[in-house]
Parts: sequence; C-alpha cells; structure tokens
Amino acid sequence: MAANYDIPTPKKRLLSLQINPKLFEKATDEEKKQQDVMAQSTTFFRDGMRRLMKNPLAVISMIILIFVILVMAIAPSVVPYGYDEIITVEGVRDKEAANLKPFEYSPKEQAYMEKYNVQVFPHIMGTDELCRDYFIRVVYGTRVSFFVGIFASLMVLVIGTIYGAIAGYAGGKTDLIMMRIVDIIYSLPDILIIILLSVVLRETLDVSKVPLLGGLGSNMISMFIVFGLLYWVGMARLVRGQVLQTKENEYVLAAKSMGASSGRIIRKHILPNCLSVIIITTAQQIPTAIFTESYLSFIGLGVSLPRPSLGSLANAARSGMQSYPWKLVFPAAAIVLIVLAFNLIGDAMRDAFDPKLRK
Amino acid sequence: MGVPEKIDTENLVELHNLKEYFPVRTGAFSTVPLKAVDGVSFNIRAGETLGLVGESGCGKTTVGRTMLRLYKPTGGEFYFDGELVTDKNIHRLRKQMQMVFQDPYSSLDPRMTVEDIIGEPLDIYHLYSSKAQRHERIMELMELVGLNAEHATRYAHEFSGGQRQRIGIARALAVNPKFIVCDEPVSALDVSIQAQVINMFEDLQKKLGVAYLFIAHDLLVVHHISKRIAVMYLGKLVEIADADDLNDNPIHPYTLSLLSAIPIPDPKTARASKRIVLEGDVPSPMHMPSGCPFRTRCRYATEQCAKEMPPLTDRGNGHSVACWNR
Repeated sequence: MAANYDIPTPKKRLLSLQINPKLFEKATDEEKKQQDVMAQSTTFFRDGMRRLMKNPLAVISMIILIFVILVMAIAPSVVPYGYDEIITVEGVRDKEAANLKPFEYSPKEQAYMEKYNVQVFPHIMGTDELCRDYFIRVVYGTRVSFFVGIFASLMVLVIGTIYGAIAGYAGGKTDLIMMRIVDIIYSLPDILIIILLSVVLRETLDVSKVPLLGGLGSNMISMFIVFGLLYWVGMARLVRGQVLQTKENEYVLAAKSMGASSGRIIRKHILPNCLSVIIITTAQQIPTAIFTESYLSFIGLGVSLPRPSLGSLANAARSGMQSYPWKLVFPAAAIVLIVLAFNLIGDAMRDAFDPKLRK
Repeated sequence: MGVPEKIDTENLVELHNLKEYFPVRTGAFSTVPLKAVDGVSFNIRAGETLGLVGESGCGKTTVGRTMLRLYKPTGGEFYFDGELVTDKNIHRLRKQMQMVFQDPYSSLDPRMTVEDIIGEPLDIYHLYSSKAQRHERIMELMELVGLNAEHATRYAHEFSGGQRQRIGIARALAVNPKFIVCDEPVSALDVSIQAQVINMFEDLQKKLGVAYLFIAHDLLVVHHISKRIAVMYLGKLVEIADADDLNDNPIHPYTLSLLSAIPIPDPKTARASKRIVLEGDVPSPMHMPSGCPFRTRCRYATEQCAKEMPPLTDRGNGHSVACWNR
C-alpha cells in the first residue's frame, strides 16, 4: 500500500470492506479464458463407463464375471471329460474313481500314468459318487444358472418396463386397470404355477426338439414361462412408480409443449431418467433368477437329469456333506461369486450413471 | 362475451372467455370443479408483450399452459393468427407457439446435453436435412442467447440458473416461433441475473419480432418489459391496460393494493407513500364467493358486488376494468 503514493485511498467508511477499487486492474481476455476451463465433456454412456471403471469393487466383480464366462466357454473344449460321462481308463469304466478329492487320481489312473508315462487330465474339483468329473459338472451347472439368470431377467426387464411405463405414463383409468391386473398376478403362488406348468408342459410339449432350449427339459421351459408370466410384476410396479415421479418434472411438460409424441417423451425423457432404477433392478434380478433356479433344482424341479445345475449339485452334495465337503463348497461358492458380482456391478452402475452423483 | 363475429387479423393471439376447471375429488364419487381460470379474454399483437400478473394460485400459469393445450380447456376459444386452435391443429401450431418455464432446474432434462435439449424441437419437427445443419442451427441459437459453443456438449446441471434459463429460451426459439409464453421465467433467478435475462428477452423481441405473454408476480419486472399489463385475481381478469397507464392510473382496488406493495428504492418516498394492506386471505377457488371474487377483501364492496360479477368494461385508451364501484 505504501508504495502507491499516486493512488488516493478513498475515505474510510465504518461498514465498508475497506477495499480500494483503484488497486485492482481489469482482467485480460486471456486471463478470463483461464477461469473458463471446464472438465472435458463426453457422452452420457462414456462418462458413466469411465466412472464405473473407477470403482474398484465393480472392476473386481467384472473381472470375476469375465473369468467365469471364459471358463464356461473354454472348459468344455479343454477338459477331456463330459458332464454325464463316467471316467474310463483304457476304455474300461473306472469304478474306483468315485468321490475323489480335488486333484486326486484313482489307483487305476495312477497305474495307467506310470505304465505309459503320460499325464491324465487332473480332476480339478475331484469326482462325484458316480465317477464323473466334478469340475466339468460345476462348469455346466454354472452355464445353466447363467443362462437362466440372464434370459429370465431380460424377459422381466422388457415386459416389466414396457408395461410399467405405459401404466405410469397413461395414468387415470388405464393405470388403474393395468395395476389391478398386476395385483392379481402378484397374488398367484409362483411355486405352484411352476409345478403345474411343468406337469402340463411335460405332457403337451416336446421340448427336446426346440433348439437351444431342448437340452434344458420341460422344467426349465416352465420356469421361463413363469418368469415371463409372473416375475415382471415387481419390475412393472417399480417402473410405474418411477415414471409417475419423473413425469411430474417440468421437462416432460416442456417436451409436450414442444409437440413431442407420448412415445418420444417416454423413450427420450422418462425412461432415461428411470434408467438407474431399471439397471439396478435388472442387475439384482439376475441373482434372484439364479437363486430361483437353484432352489427349484434343489427341490428337484429344475433341469432334468443328467444335466447339472448349481442347485441340483448342491442338493446332491448335501447327503455326503460330512465326508466330502468340497462337493458342496464348489457349487455354493460359484453361486455366491456370481450373485455377489452381479449385485456389486448393479450397485456400481447405479452410482456411475446418476448424473447428480457426478463429482 | 360469447363468440365474436369477426376476428381481428391484427391480433396474433386472441383469447375469448377461456375457462379451465379441474375436478377435485371430495368424496368417493363426487367431484367439485376448481375454477383455476374462469372466463379470461385478451389479445396480443405480433411482436408485442402482454404482462400477466397476480398472486400465487390465481391461475396465471394455467392460462399459459391451457393456451398451449397442455391442459384441455373447459371452455372458451383461442385464435392464433386468425385460426381457431383445436386438438387437431395444435401439433402444427406448436411450431409457432413455445414456452419458457419458471424453474430452470426442472425444465431441462438432466440426461441430455445442451445440444440435444436445444435440438429437441428441431428433431420433433424434422427441421434439418443433415446433422451438420442441425449442429449449425444449434450453434446459432446458442450464440443468440449468449452461450459459448463449447457448452454444447455439457449437461444442464453444470450450469448456473441464468445460463439454464438461456438454454430454455434457446430451446423455445429453435422453431422460430411467433409467440412465446414466458411462465415466470425470472422469478427463480437472483436479481442481478434477472436483469440480464429480461434484457435478453427484450433484445430477442427486437431482433426476431416474437410476441410474449409474460407471466410474473413482480410488477416492476412486468412493467419494464410489457407494453400492456393484465391483472388476474382468482382466475378472473380484473384489469387490463397499457403498462404506463396501469402504473399511473390504476382503477381496480386489487391493482391499487398490488401497486402499493412495490418496494420503493428511495426511503423518503417510501415513508411518504401509504401501503394498502388487504385484509383476510384469498378465498379458496373451490368455494368462490358469489359475484365479484375480490369483494371479500375489498373496501369498496357493496351489495351489488355479492350478486353479480362485474364485466370488464372499457374506460378509454384500452384500459378495461371489472369493478362496479370505481
């Protein structure tokens, strides 16, 4: 201050900040631009993915899922055993190969290896009581669970979202009638329907000729039908609630005032703004479907034998739990890993795609 | 007033006896109409601004929204450019009528970039032949409202209130409308930003010749921007006049009290002027008083006021008032 003799200090006022405006100089355009620096902007999807990749739990979960998927894809062509194949040594059934521990060889296999000095492919998870390789059975079981989980939640996603969005957006009487239908479906006991349907379908439908689904058996088909018929109602209710909330926003009114059609408003404004809820619910629907498949298989309503599923494997292992605990541990661990990974990814996606949580 | 025989072609907007009743459920099977707007008529010429003032809940916003058919009107006619607006032609006419909303925070979709928000009306009416043309038009609009080109890829929540309102205005201007309903566009902004946005509204009107229905509850703001001002009370128009005429020579007792409530920046003048404080509360629009809705709080009220609603009568110079006693 003392150096600026030529700048007169204004008269001091009691309640003023005592700032001398003459000491300030105008910012140049270049300096103004420096203040204008903002973060690089990207698309909504890319931005969400970037934030998803910053979440360590999500990345670990994704690595686990990718690993599981790779194992499911590669293992059947690498492992020389089939899921319903009894282990044979030199073309003869090896009856001593029952209930082997992980990486253990039966006496016949050991003798074979010493005789020809070769390595027999190890039983990574041991064998079951019928002398089948347990690892390949768990892999096939995981395949079934994955297929059921993803297919069922996709069905729930599509039906539930469309139904809920229409009911919520239309409102009034349409909404009333549509939601009463949902209430009725909600009150139907799902297990009973699955049992009834699988009985009926076994009689009427020859599923073995249907490609892709053929190997799964009529129980699986009835499970998909039940998912398609019954399980979407939770999603529909949720989406409807979200839509009701979202459509009150002024940007929906703005779109209407611009002349946007109802379809466009639902697609462009309402659904994207409900997306986080839909994503998390779908991601949580996958483990729910896997669980449903597992417990249905556990009580004997799942895939038909000899096809394994994680639930039926766990059920079969129950009897020998004391002597061969690994037979329960492996399928149970597979269920836990998959379900946990899907749940964590769902959570992380919700956080990543919510623009309000953006840092 | 009824249906007019002749439509004045000089008026861009002609509103005749607009009514908007909302059914309110009072029992399981019975509803009572809430008369949000009850017989409102006014005209707006091309390139002109009509200010619409009134307190909260008096139906200002409903008038604007019903004009754009966001609500289906219960009664009355709305002529736009000499054409009766119906459900059939509204889609085409919306290209010429747009709206700017009150809350710049909820009127922009948080999932869309600024470019997509401004481009939405262009998408709806397919007003471009290539992506480059769309981009060019959006850049043009952003420049018009004073936004930087680099803002185009950002999301609405990254902006301040004033900037967001600019985005909303650019969106309304995208289709080159002749008429914009401005629904309290500045009441959510702080005073310094209000001035910027209002000046921008004026500049845009000079440049593009759009007409505004400027809805607000701040008389000073409305007086600044409007050529004429209409005053509403409980769904009814009570006074309509030129802005200066209304300011200098208010007639309706409600307008008088509104004007007396304007804060005066000079303390001496403020002390000298007397405020007319209204007694009581606004009656519920579901149980409207008979006759004139303002009579319950009016010091000039007589028996006639309880019997009959006073018609809007011309007192010269296009100054119309609905009052028996003044």
